[in-house]
Amino acid sequence: MTKPIDVFLAAARERILVLDGSWGVMIQRFGLTEDDFRGDRFAQHNMPLKGDNDLLCLTRPDLVTQLHDAYFDAGADIAETNTFNATRISQADYGLQEAARDINLAAARLARESADRWAAKTPDKPRFVGGAIGPLSRTLSMSADVNDPGARSVTFDEVHAAYLEQARALQEGGVDFFLVETIFDTLNAKAAIKAILDLADEGLQPLPIWISGTITDRSGRTLSGQTVEAFWNSVRHAKPFAVGFNCALGADLMRPHVAELSRIADTLIAAYPNAGLPNAFGQYDEEPHEMACQLEEWVSSGLVNILGGCCGTTPDHIRHIAQAVAGKKPRQIPTRPPALRLSGLEAFELA
Amino acid sequence: MRPIFVNIGERTNVTGSARFRKLIGNGDYTAALTVARDQVDAGAQVLDVNMDEGLLDSVHAMTTFLNLIAAEPDIARVPIMIDSSKWEVIEAGLKCVQGKAIVNSISLKEGQEKFLEQATRCLRYGAAVVVMAFDEKGQADTRARKVEICKRAYRLLTEQIVFPPEDIIFDPNIFAIATGIEEHDNYGVDFIEATRAIKQLLPHARVSGGVSNVSFSFRGNEPVRRAMHSVFLYHTIAAGMDMGIVNAGDLPVYDDIEPELREAVEDVILNRKPGATERLVELAPKYKGGKAVERVIDLKWREGTVAERLSHALVHGITEFIEADTEEARLAATRPLDVIEGPLMDGMNVVGDLFGVGKMFLPQVVKSARVMKQAVAWLLPFMEAELAGKPREMAGRILMATVKGDVHDIGKNIVGVVLQCNNYEVIDLGVMVPADRILDEAISHKVDIIGVSGLITPSLDEMVFIAGEMQRRGFSIPLLIGGATTSRTHTAVKIEPAYANGSTTYVLDASRAVGVVSSMLSPTEKDRVQAATREDYAKVREQFARGQAAKIRTPLAAARANHFAIDWSAPRPGKPAFPGERTYAPWDLRDLARYIDWTPFFAAWELVGRFPAILEDDVVGEAASDLYADARRMLARILDERLFEARGVVGLWPANSFGDDIIVWTDETRTVERARLHTLRQQMAKAEGRANTSLADFIAPGGDDWIGGFTVTAGHGEAQVAARFKSEGDDYSAIMAAALADRLAEAFAEALHHKVRTELWAYAPDEHLDIEALLAERYQGIRPAPGYPAQPDHTEKATLFALLDANGATGVELTESFAMTPPASVSGLYLAHPKAHYFGVGKIERDQVADYASRKGWDVAAAERWLGPILNYEPSRSSGSGVERVVNDVV
Repeated sequence: MTKPIDVFLAAARERILVLDGSWGVMIQRFGLTEDDFRGDRFAQHNMPLKGDNDLLCLTRPDLVTQLHDAYFDAGADIAETNTFNATRISQADYGLQEAARDINLAAARLARESADRWAAKTPDKPRFVGGAIGPLSRTLSMSADVNDPGARSVTFDEVHAAYLEQARALQEGGVDFFLVETIFDTLNAKAAIKAILDLADEGLQPLPIWISGTITDRSGRTLSGQTVEAFWNSVRHAKPFAVGFNCALGADLMRPHVAELSRIADTLIAAYPNAGLPNAFGQYDEEPHEMACQLEEWVSSGLVNILGGCCGTTPDHIRHIAQAVAGKKPRQIPTRPPALRLSGLEAFELA
Repeated sequence: MRPIFVNIGERTNVTGSARFRKLIGNGDYTAALTVARDQVDAGAQVLDVNMDEGLLDSVHAMTTFLNLIAAEPDIARVPIMIDSSKWEVIEAGLKCVQGKAIVNSISLKEGQEKFLEQATRCLRYGAAVVVMAFDEKGQADTRARKVEICKRAYRLLTEQIVFPPEDIIFDPNIFAIATGIEEHDNYGVDFIEATRAIKQLLPHARVSGGVSNVSFSFRGNEPVRRAMHSVFLYHTIAAGMDMGIVNAGDLPVYDDIEPELREAVEDVILNRKPGATERLVELAPKYKGGKAVERVIDLKWREGTVAERLSHALVHGITEFIEADTEEARLAATRPLDVIEGPLMDGMNVVGDLFGVGKMFLPQVVKSARVMKQAVAWLLPFMEAELAGKPREMAGRILMATVKGDVHDIGKNIVGVVLQCNNYEVIDLGVMVPADRILDEAISHKVDIIGVSGLITPSLDEMVFIAGEMQRRGFSIPLLIGGATTSRTHTAVKIEPAYANGSTTYVLDASRAVGVVSSMLSPTEKDRVQAATREDYAKVREQFARGQAAKIRTPLAAARANHFAIDWSAPRPGKPAFPGERTYAPWDLRDLARYIDWTPFFAAWELVGRFPAILEDDVVGEAASDLYADARRMLARILDERLFEARGVVGLWPANSFGDDIIVWTDETRTVERARLHTLRQQMAKAEGRANTSLADFIAPGGDDWIGGFTVTAGHGEAQVAARFKSEGDDYSAIMAAALADRLAEAFAEALHHKVRTELWAYAPDEHLDIEALLAERYQGIRPAPGYPAQPDHTEKATLFALLDANGATGVELTESFAMTPPASVSGLYLAHPKAHYFGVGKIERDQVADYASRKGWDVAAAERWLGPILNYEPSRSSGSGVERVVNDVV
């Protein structure tokens, strides 16, 4: 049987593939109450749960399915599971660490069901599910205490265990690959990568990985201080089928970093910027056609293979992007001569 | 950056740098970070971090240091090489680096299953690996073995686990050459040729190595070592070596090396002429310290006593007169054995001392052993005649082995040579010998002593295991411990207690082996020596425990109640003759010269002994005299040319204690507080009648009392002078200048204190002490310095500097960590009460830290940071933070 990833890669050779858009904005539009988040299962929970969007996979699965359907209908090839914060560590903020596994399992099944329904409906356009693995609110490379630069609020082993639990559940729920995303601390991502690769020790066939970092500002570095090339050297061992950036920046500010990565990464390039930068009210107001127009230029310049949207984007944005890039040639993957490529905050190459 | 040869910074390595080891051992991570930063600033492209030390919690040290590095962008910009022989330490390191690191190292030592398992983990953490040319049979020494092992490792990695070949770096083992042992002569060539073959046969793989190993036998002679490194790199880089752990900034350019030296070094490295080692050994002293020494044959030593002549012959490896001298000694002795145990052993002990301080090199020690052997051979017939007809017996039988998991045997082999030279029978089991085999062979050969050796850190644990096995199996013969990572402390703390039935002794180096072995086997000496060793080790353990264990502390309130009580009704120094501040800029340098305490000066040059006796010392006297002469010359020049300028400021102010603080008043009305000095109080449990002292105890809580403060420097100009010497390639003079500046600053502190006692405060106007008595501090009053044991908090210097306007008055500045610059500076308080004395605050508890923090206006975390080295507890991790907020905003 052909593996989903082979179908995916075959399609990526032919066209630009499109990822879905943001969840936050869309969930806000539902105007949900505390009761929606709690559902029956957590009605008696001792902490407020409103805002724990991932929890809706368990308490309002109908809304999650509705959003997947909306993005597929808009032309997305790929759905991300609603699991950005669904690790034991992040869910601890809501006292829901014990629900982490269930959220991931449910999220993967919901996305899978929707994707399979749409694939059956449009057999010439296969649909894929990426298991979203987010960055955590605690970080391994930076101190949580300004007075003690060596302090860490979490250990590598704790992060690794949390990601292992999440990845296992996502895989069990039927995702096609993992999407380690919004990486602002590469060491957190390395723990996620190791967790995914370690699934092999449990007899699972590890699924392919897509890695998406976050350049937080115009300095062109991750929050933990790495340059684009240093970041790539740090995660390349995951043999990702795609690498790229998302979040923090709109398309215009993200472009140079995507271009840099496109030059050095011998794999698919994926990017899903925000709908511009937030305005004074914290809202993203780049219009769908504006964003699509910029991303279309990226494609014409041969920078990318996969496009989508992050914060502030809606099915309307995705529809515009899908239409703008339809029929366009994707970027060719470059080959790079083998060399010892290391990194600290900066890249180091021994040619 | 795309270099052709990668310099890997080597100073952040506890096995390679004594300074770094000390900093880490003391938990001074701030200074340790400076070492890392200096490496990167000096051009290290990769930073090697090694925390393998037997007494260190290496996992903790690695984690702490790498986490701290992560917070220093100017250091963290380069990749890290995580260097350990313990997988758990490597893995701990991998959990701290966001970049792509190099693991140094893994190997086939424990078989291919383990090798592939560790390589797989490296793959999952995303690290390149250094693979040592080491397999189940041992460490590869010849070209053929090196290449064979690397080929096998390469195939396993690339075929079985699809390890990217470009991420494989081979370390085909650089070993010491010119050791005096013939088997070592070709090690340089073996490495060079293996490098060439590996680069040809194994595509994309890299070659690295620890360059300084090659010159190990010349330790102590840096110019020759640097020349060897430079020549070795020249040939290895040409053969394809890609990176090396080396202090590259420090190396001479190949072409700039004196042709005579370069030729001799090249002969040794390329093993291209017989006798090359001897020639280099002969040439080496000429280049030591950059000074050329004329070689003259001087037979003056023949005028000494026979014991002195034997000693000289042993130290200098001269066989010419040895038989005649030995015979002369025999005729004077009661028994021939007395000659061995007397003057000959004494001579060998001198060799041991010289070797121990790096003044002799391994080949010379081996030469000494040969002289010893000749002398013993001369005595043998007489000893046999004495035994009359009884079969001649060897002096003893010693079993030697490098322990399981370790293959380093150069030191052990040298010990073997030396012992055999001394008529001992040596049974050498080789390397990687498991404990049960050592003990089985010991029984079957009926040996008198077991000696075990090891160089890498895990060998320490194995030695503890062997000692335990000896105990379990009922052994009682002596166990000797040797090898580069072993230490007296480790032996005393970990090994000796495991073997209660027998005696365990740490042997510092090869030249001491004979002394230890002969005393262990001497029927008259044995018991005494073993008992002394036992007692010594018990003391070491106590000391260690004192240093380590968090001792129970007295609560602060109780410690305060037990303060150092002074009868304030008794007379004490009153109002100074000249209160207020007074600046001396400059102070006459010539006046300071006579206050110099020379003993620490010699200690700075690793010459141990008190001045002036050290100039007459049998061993270091000559070196010390030369050094002293050079120092006087330099000092004269400093004075004549006014190369340095001394500036100082002193202040004397009305003061009273207030709890553990000292209030400095604006004037004698004692109403307005000008500044507040903070002190720390001892919290160790005290015996009846002993106080828990703080500096505040020496100042009266009320009434007419005074305190002083000072800052002096002799460092202005020193940096320029040192830089000039350095640029002229004269490191010796540069170091000399710095050492003298330090001495002059200390002399200044002494001179100014004298002036304070006799003139400015004038509480001891009639003090008449000679320099020696001054230096022995036989006067009334103390001048404790912030950052030293009586007040370990360096930040107090800020208050002192403000009171004195020390920066304005002397040009001395405080760094952000409150170090004084220029470094040849001293500052402190003056406490004049006759009962005032120096003491150490020791470790303190949470209650005092909290109290001190509130007095200083700090939060507790800040107090814990500044007082880190003296905390008697592990500060808790704080949570909640700026960074997390930033992170949440981004998400």
